[in-house]
Amino acid sequence: MKNKNRISLSDDSITVTRWMSFKDRVGRSWYRFRRNPISLAGASMVFFVIFLAIFAPYVTPYPEQARAFTDLENTFQPPSRSHWFGTDEVGRDVFTRVIFGYRISLMMAAVVLGISVPFGVMLGLISGYFGGRIETIIMRITDVFLALPALVMALAICAAFTPTVEKAMLAVASIWWTWHCRLVNAITRSIKTEEFVQASKVIGDSHLRILFKDILPNCASAIMVKVTLDAGFVILVGAGLSFLGLGVQPPKPGLGTMISYGAAHLPTKWWLTVFPSFAIFFLILGFNLLGDGLRDMLDVESEGI
Amino acid sequence: MNEPLLIVDNLVKYFPIRVGFFQRQIGDVRAVEGVCLDIRSGEIFGLVGESGSGKSTVGKTIVRLFKPTSGTIHFKGKDVTKLNAENLRSFKKDAQMVFQDPKSSLNPRRSIKSTLEDPLITHKIAQNGNNRTKIVRDLLRMVELSPNYMYKYPSALSGGQRQRVAIARALAVNPSFIVLDEPTSALDVSVQAKIIRLLQKLQIELQLSYLFISHDLSLTRTITSRTAVMYVGRIYELAFTEELFIKPLHPYTRTLISAVPVISKEERLVRPIKQSRGGEVPSPVTPPKGCAFHPRCSLADTICFQQLPDLLEVMPGHFVRCHNVSVNIKSTKERGNQFVKSFRGN
Amino acid sequence: MGDPYMLEIRNLDVHFRIYEGISRVLDGVSLYVAKGERVGFAGETGCGKTVTMKAVMGMLKIPPAIIPHGEIFLDGRDVLKMSQRELQRIKGTEISMIFQDPMNALNPVFTIGEQLCDVIRFARRNRSSGVNLSKKEVYDKAIAALEEVRLPDPERIKNNYPLELSGGMRQRALIAMALVNEPSFLIADEPGTALDVTIQAQILDLLSELVKNRRISVLLITHNLGVIQETTERVYIMYAGQVVETAPTAVLFNNPRHPYTQGLLASVPRLTGGQIAEGIPGTVPDYINTHFGCRFHPRCSHVMPICSQKKPPFTMLETSQYVACYLYTNKGGQNE
Repeated sequence: MKNKNRISLSDDSITVTRWMSFKDRVGRSWYRFRRNPISLAGASMVFFVIFLAIFAPYVTPYPEQARAFTDLENTFQPPSRSHWFGTDEVGRDVFTRVIFGYRISLMMAAVVLGISVPFGVMLGLISGYFGGRIETIIMRITDVFLALPALVMALAICAAFTPTVEKAMLAVASIWWTWHCRLVNAITRSIKTEEFVQASKVIGDSHLRILFKDILPNCASAIMVKVTLDAGFVILVGAGLSFLGLGVQPPKPGLGTMISYGAAHLPTKWWLTVFPSFAIFFLILGFNLLGDGLRDMLDVESEGI
Repeated sequence: MNEPLLIVDNLVKYFPIRVGFFQRQIGDVRAVEGVCLDIRSGEIFGLVGESGSGKSTVGKTIVRLFKPTSGTIHFKGKDVTKLNAENLRSFKKDAQMVFQDPKSSLNPRRSIKSTLEDPLITHKIAQNGNNRTKIVRDLLRMVELSPNYMYKYPSALSGGQRQRVAIARALAVNPSFIVLDEPTSALDVSVQAKIIRLLQKLQIELQLSYLFISHDLSLTRTITSRTAVMYVGRIYELAFTEELFIKPLHPYTRTLISAVPVISKEERLVRPIKQSRGGEVPSPVTPPKGCAFHPRCSLADTICFQQLPDLLEVMPGHFVRCHNVSVNIKSTKERGNQFVKSFRGN
Repeated sequence: MGDPYMLEIRNLDVHFRIYEGISRVLDGVSLYVAKGERVGFAGETGCGKTVTMKAVMGMLKIPPAIIPHGEIFLDGRDVLKMSQRELQRIKGTEISMIFQDPMNALNPVFTIGEQLCDVIRFARRNRSSGVNLSKKEVYDKAIAALEEVRLPDPERIKNNYPLELSGGMRQRALIAMALVNEPSFLIADEPGTALDVTIQAQILDLLSELVKNRRISVLLITHNLGVIQETTERVYIMYAGQVVETAPTAVLFNNPRHPYTQGLLASVPRLTGGQIAEGIPGTVPDYINTHFGCRFHPRCSHVMPICSQKKPPFTMLETSQYVACYLYTNKGGQNE
């Protein structure tokens, strides 16, 4: 490793601009991050999939085959040069569908977390900061929700109404917020006692200001780690719902849906299930490794290097 | 001019101990039990004591971080225990606090600039962003830091530098009174010297008054003009600093001073003989009956177990709470009332 | 056996690899503790005293730490060449440590008695002399240890959890654990700093007494000069990873020679009152872009050109009194 001596910001003789400070912080985080091969592996996997998903129409050989399309002469083709993952029961290219399926999975994760995380964080901040009866009420409601397994709840909600992807996402989001609420509640309770929060109170800052400027930034890293680890799990739940017929409906290329339809043709036409399964596994593994790596990096940060 | 800036009268602060699912209260931490003191304008008043003495709580209650359980705090004539929101806000512009631990009194996720702008924004002190930046620069210069430090984060600063930022933050609202809660306890001795010098300089330049809370007796002697000694929630001795150290009357004060590790022969000669028999500092949850020091006091009598002595003025300006010391003084309730009157009536 | 020194550190360098580059924390540190001696090791935050202690106890994580140079001898044995296993054997038995914050050093989920007995049994397992002690013997030894540190009612204390005891009692329990296996060397890292001053005084008195009775060699690490003055016979002053001065305690406090020591002592507030000194101008140096020569020179009011070029050697002023400063070289003192 090269020993380049970076500029130490503690040096008094140099003028520190906003940009320099920012670069230093980013650089430091990156330094910690890249020392851990796990996080790098996870990050590469996740970004690889995101790249594929964004550029799906350009990286797939048969983008038009992603949805409604039939080529009845080419059904059930095993993997070959022209169809890397083979074709499915109506002749569509499985590889293309898997990549487009990634789009759906990632979008699901984004929507579910985009709804549940802000909501859960908000409740967590309020309950942790104000304590007392407010906290008791919020946390007991959270406890009730936490007692219900995510998949079962989602199943119930989806089964009660006509299943669509949107309903599946809402169903998962409706229980997901609880984890973040509890996490942020715990962190807020401990940060509340820190001297810098007391200092803000002595200054006369409003509660809102303290919550957003003092407490929330200190929760950010923990939330970030949890969101990353959650992403994988949300995708799994979503795939599970689709597998049971309650999530992504055909002809959309949901990974779970594909596995469900392909399961009937095992073990002869194995490529119909193996590739979508592997695709899910790869993405979730990537998120988990990335999340673990982030958590290690942030643990080290709190210990100080 | 002669009216004290701050008058604390019979301040009491209990913290309830709650257990169980329904948060039942089973007792109190009696942090402060009836503290009376006054601080004049331009004065540095010292408050010393060990853990559990309640000195920090007194400081925090004065700046309204806590609401007093009972008692009054008159600041510039107004009772701050009964302020509405708007007046509370102006009070906070006038009385501020510097905390002990520089590591935790600055938010690690905020730049120095953000931390210093905070009071400016809350109290609408500057009109726009540019003005704020200018004020932040001035504040940094006032605490002898280069404006360079604006965009740095606390992790890039040493303990002494962080404490300077904490002082700058307290000065941002232009207060006339600052509670300094062990401002240098966490710092190295050479850095402490610089910070103390800075505090003294600021006091003169900005005409500030300080409540200087510390457990370091040598330091307290160096900069305060009057000092009160606290033990388990009460003041046991209060006097002009010089007199307190030259002629400490209470056995606890004598024990405290004798325990200070010193580095020179002169200091060792000056130390009184301790008058304690060893033992632990009692917890404010279960304070001893009568005089709280009696379990450790080598002069303890039966009366010390039974009755808490009053804080009496045994010499002009010198108050002691001890049966043995006031034996020669007429210990009537009238004396006690006279003391309280001297606070209210002036 | 015939070695007069309990601890000897020769020219130790310790570097750390961090984000900004290589941090040269220790630069040529040399010190010794003779058998039966009580030596103080004083310096301010970041001067490297904790790193030195960790190096002695084999607690430095390598990497990111690097020891490019230096030797550490514990009772004649080379610590840096010892395996972890050998080090484990002597820690807790021949060498013992007392930590700063008793709350951190004690395990909150075990009683004092359990932890103490653990320590006793650990020694028996490692000392080749030992027959294993019976349960009763371990118990008796534990109670005796608690009595020696003057804990009231040891039978009851033995069943207490650390949280149930006051700070002073915890520190006594820690001392009991440190001394129960009769170590010959004790390293005390800021003992009593976390305690109230009256309790600290009691603890230090106790410690001094126990150490004197058993003739244990002590290395006392602290930034509190008053504690050094009252409990040690000889002291080393450290600044920015370099030892700058060493002398018998009374001599050093009476007449500090090194400009840093002088500045330091002047900054200590006096119980006799009086205006506090100016402190020492400047700040602690950066360990990465270290200056050549004496690390104190940028802040020194007596600085000379040579100070920035070469590290000053130790000049002996009297027996056991050495200063690393060019002000004293060529002044009749012998250079080391």
